[in-house]
Amino acid sequence: MKHIKTISGSNLKDTLAKGGCGECQTSCQSACKTSCTVGNQKCENK
Amino acid sequence: MSKAVKIHKFNLNDQNIILDINSGAVHVVDKVVYEIIDYFEDKSLQEIKEIFKDNYDEKTIVDVYEEIKTLTERGLLFSEESNIRNLKYNEDNIVKAMCLHVAHDCNLRCSYCFASQGDFKGDRSFMSLEVGKKALEFLVENSGTRRNLEVDFFGGEPLMNFDLVKKLVDYGRSLEKEYNKNFRFTITTNGVLLDEEKIDYINENMDNVVLSLDGRKEVNDHMRKTVSGQGSYDIIVPKFKAMVDKRGDKDYYIRGTFTSNNIDFSEDAIDFYNQGFKKISIEPVVTSPDKDYALREEHLQKVLEEYENFSKKYIEIKNKDKDFYFFHFMIDLKQGPCIVKRAVGCGAGSEYMAVTPEGDLYPCHQFVGEEEFKIGNVFEGVFNTELRDTFKKANVYNKEECRSCWARFYCSGGCHANAYNSHKDIMKPYEIGCEMEKKRIECAISILANLDN
Repeated sequence: MKHIKTISGSNLKDTLAKGGCGECQTSCQSACKTSCTVGNQKCENK
Repeated sequence: MSKAVKIHKFNLNDQNIILDINSGAVHVVDKVVYEIIDYFEDKSLQEIKEIFKDNYDEKTIVDVYEEIKTLTERGLLFSEESNIRNLKYNEDNIVKAMCLHVAHDCNLRCSYCFASQGDFKGDRSFMSLEVGKKALEFLVENSGTRRNLEVDFFGGEPLMNFDLVKKLVDYGRSLEKEYNKNFRFTITTNGVLLDEEKIDYINENMDNVVLSLDGRKEVNDHMRKTVSGQGSYDIIVPKFKAMVDKRGDKDYYIRGTFTSNNIDFSEDAIDFYNQGFKKISIEPVVTSPDKDYALREEHLQKVLEEYENFSKKYIEIKNKDKDFYFFHFMIDLKQGPCIVKRAVGCGAGSEYMAVTPEGDLYPCHQFVGEEEFKIGNVFEGVFNTELRDTFKKANVYNKEECRSCWARFYCSGGCHANAYNSHKDIMKPYEIGCEMEKKRIECAISILANLDN
């Protein structure tokens, strides 16, 4: 494409099929302890 | 009914960015796309040509229209929301993460401490071995088929009860074998009591360590004082440096708090970097608005500008040193969490709980000391199941403000404690926190867009 560069074409909806295993890190345990950011967590079920 | 917003566009760090909210796809676009996309859903190609005829030639408009159309057909623009509004979450009430308050006492007297200088509004106390073991047993027994279990040693200051920490790590390792689990131990410390032996022990046994420090010496010492009222910077920094030097590749975060006294917190972040700390986090203070150092509405604009300002500096550093990480600018667009995790958030009150020295269970460390949030104890388990259900239901589909917010799959509804502190209601997000989080996400995506080039 000439006008659009897709830097992430992954589709969140596809994660619904095998999502929710719960093995990933609890977001608050990692560094913040006072806020909630989930978008930067890693999936452990890839 | 107003139409659901499906995309979010913004310009930051010289990039026009379009985020497709429901798929999570991210596109960097030129000026033409950035303008035309606002009309794509409601206008025909003919109408769009008419609107932009004085700005762009017809071929460009048609090409842009076709590109948007192709991505829309592929589900990467204007995608519809997944039908998981009646999300079933943690129906088996599995617990997999714990914050162990091994010491409700502290050897610093930080002015902004949400834990009332370490005692959490109660008596100063230490967790006993009996309570600690019981907590780990509670975790293992309630973790169902989850293999990875997380235990953070927290306080007050956990190094004040370090013998217990070591005994609980040993006990956890013995439970791992018996129950086929993998414990990930972490510790959050102010560093005052760090010595070589503790540094080696922590580096060997803790998956992550959170080291509390606020940045520049004068900023740190203004808030983080010793019991006798002196600044703590000179005591702590050499110890943190020694710890990080010996830690190798293992995770750590130098974690600071910013208040209305240091809205120029990017200076603190840069100071961390110049001191040799490369994995950093700086968090907005959590406190009631009447405190003189609180972040209030009147500070918000400056804070947002500071995040943008920091993102520019961050790109410069990242271009030279890829090992520099700011927690809130890290975003994984390709291998990030699934939509379920994004919808339910931190798991406080069901998957995640805090344990007091006496063994009481609270939804998370931020609620400890708020009597009405006592959810159970490690001896009897969870007895306030109504409270647990309330926390389980606090997801982005049930929070009114989140349902229409473009950032809902990144912040996951935000921090329950922030919501409660500002509105006495965990279902009503803390607006200032929301605005800061949205800016951090925009910064994080714009950083990726720049580094991707």
